[in-house]
Amino acid sequence: MLFVMPFVQLILLGYAADFEVKNLNLHVIDNDQSQYSRGLISKFSASPYFNIVNYSFRDQDGMKDMKKGNADLILEIPSKFEKKLVNREASPIHLSIDAVNGVKAGLANAYSNMIIRDYNFELLEKSTGKVFLPPIGITTLDWFNPGMNYSTFMVPGILVLLVTMVGMFLSAMIVVREKEIGTIEQLNVTPIKKHQFIIGKLMPFLLIALLELTIGLIVAKLVFHIEFQGSILLVYAFSLVYLTAVLGIGLLISTISETQQQAMFISWFFFVIFILMSGLFTPIESMPAWAQKITWFNPIKYFIEFMRMVLLKGSPFKDVAHQFFIMAIYGLVINTLAVWNYRKVSE
Amino acid sequence: MKHKYIVQVSKLTKKFGSFTAVDKISFNVSKGEIFGFLGANGAGKTTAIKMLIGLSKPTSGDAIVAGFDVVKEPEKVKYKIGYMSQKFSLYDDLKVFENIRMYAGIYGIPKKEINSKIDNLIQELGMEAMRNNLVGDLPLGWKQKLAFAVAMVHNPTVVFLDEPTSGVDPITRRQFWEMIYKASEKGTTIFITTHYLDEAEYCTRASIMVDGVIKALDTPKNLKENFGVKSMKEVFVKLARG
Repeated sequence: MLFVMPFVQLILLGYAADFEVKNLNLHVIDNDQSQYSRGLISKFSASPYFNIVNYSFRDQDGMKDMKKGNADLILEIPSKFEKKLVNREASPIHLSIDAVNGVKAGLANAYSNMIIRDYNFELLEKSTGKVFLPPIGITTLDWFNPGMNYSTFMVPGILVLLVTMVGMFLSAMIVVREKEIGTIEQLNVTPIKKHQFIIGKLMPFLLIALLELTIGLIVAKLVFHIEFQGSILLVYAFSLVYLTAVLGIGLLISTISETQQQAMFISWFFFVIFILMSGLFTPIESMPAWAQKITWFNPIKYFIEFMRMVLLKGSPFKDVAHQFFIMAIYGLVINTLAVWNYRKVSE
Repeated sequence: MKHKYIVQVSKLTKKFGSFTAVDKISFNVSKGEIFGFLGANGAGKTTAIKMLIGLSKPTSGDAIVAGFDVVKEPEKVKYKIGYMSQKFSLYDDLKVFENIRMYAGIYGIPKKEINSKIDNLIQELGMEAMRNNLVGDLPLGWKQKLAFAVAMVHNPTVVFLDEPTSGVDPITRRQFWEMIYKASEKGTTIFITTHYLDEAEYCTRASIMVDGVIKALDTPKNLKENFGVKSMKEVFVKLARG
């Protein structure tokens, strides 16, 4: 169970958690019915990002479609579209985008602008016989992820989440569970040292989490065909430092909780914040300044940065020394707090 | 040993806020004694024991257990004592021999000796057939006997038993007391709390605690004579009713 669940999650999320927007539904209102307007529409229909779902001649029909959720955007071409263009006049067209989902709307806008701009140049070339180029040509080259493959981007991040989950939740349960069943009392009357107890408790989870990481890396390689650029040894070395910190967080939670429910609740509280502020789903750069400061305390953020740098870019140790250093300090502080907070004697 | 008594308690007090759970109790326990620590529910027995074994910090007063101060050197005390809590607290998901091995290891018994120790203990308990059973699957009586054996695994000077026989059938209780006598004969001091007042008759000496205070402490025989009654039960009822 412990190993099957993360495996399923990795495969499921690796394929499904994809932010690329495809299949935008387009409603077309063509009041011109000309060669030029049909040309523009065919550009849209040829694009993999748009599906033309409906044609009509009235605004209301388009809005109706959008309100029902059948159309994501409405393209309205006014009459005399072709005539104005032939006369070298500006010929506006109207594009309405459903912005309920902001990310989707932004992409829909960008895609449509691109298509319209290209069509514009094409028409100009045709009418003047000259080749028009945009003033500055931007050619993008996607380094480190040449196919702009989403799973390449997501899978290392999801793997980080899974490893963190195992580490944090299992370790949060341990001391609390012993408190609940009473075995902790028996241990506390023995001369066992605090650090012996804690190392003994954390070691198994460290091994489980590393095993999970190994399975995850194999899945990433065999199922998602991700080429690892950097040193796998470096990944394990960092994971060891990272897990020490994460297990420490779990342990600290379990020393302050009295019941497993309490420990679970606190763990979730932190885990959700850690995930959503990790840079996996929303870039940290786009967060407000105060929120960016909070992410300094987010271990997941450092691991995701590390994984992307080492696995995808092949960064050597000196480029990730910063992350190493921070996690080492983090682990030291958290575990010291946990050991200090775990008391054999009650007041 | 610089102290005459195995357990030496003087004005030991524990307060929780304004509530005084244990109020200036003083007593001494000699080597090899079976010391009965009696009292109604909530009288403060468990709180007192927890202070003696270093699980709970006294608010004031002193306690010397097995030659060490429980406040200043609690970890040294812990090498010398065994403890069996009210609540069964061995690991249910470990096997019988694994539980013994784990505690033997914690108490620092050398690896070479652990295996023979396990064999001896299991043989003494008559648990050969259950050696590889999970502790969680054992009947309660067996669990309690095993817990006692584990509490004794490091040959402690004194062993604290907090209601070891509650919920156990009469035959197992009898066997349990045989184990206690055997340990006492070997020189181990026994500190025991119980609800069964017939068991109080087996103690060398017994104390009766009411509302955090020790109301009486003597041999069962003297206690009965002083109160002019025939059984410890009657002594207890007289005291507890105030």
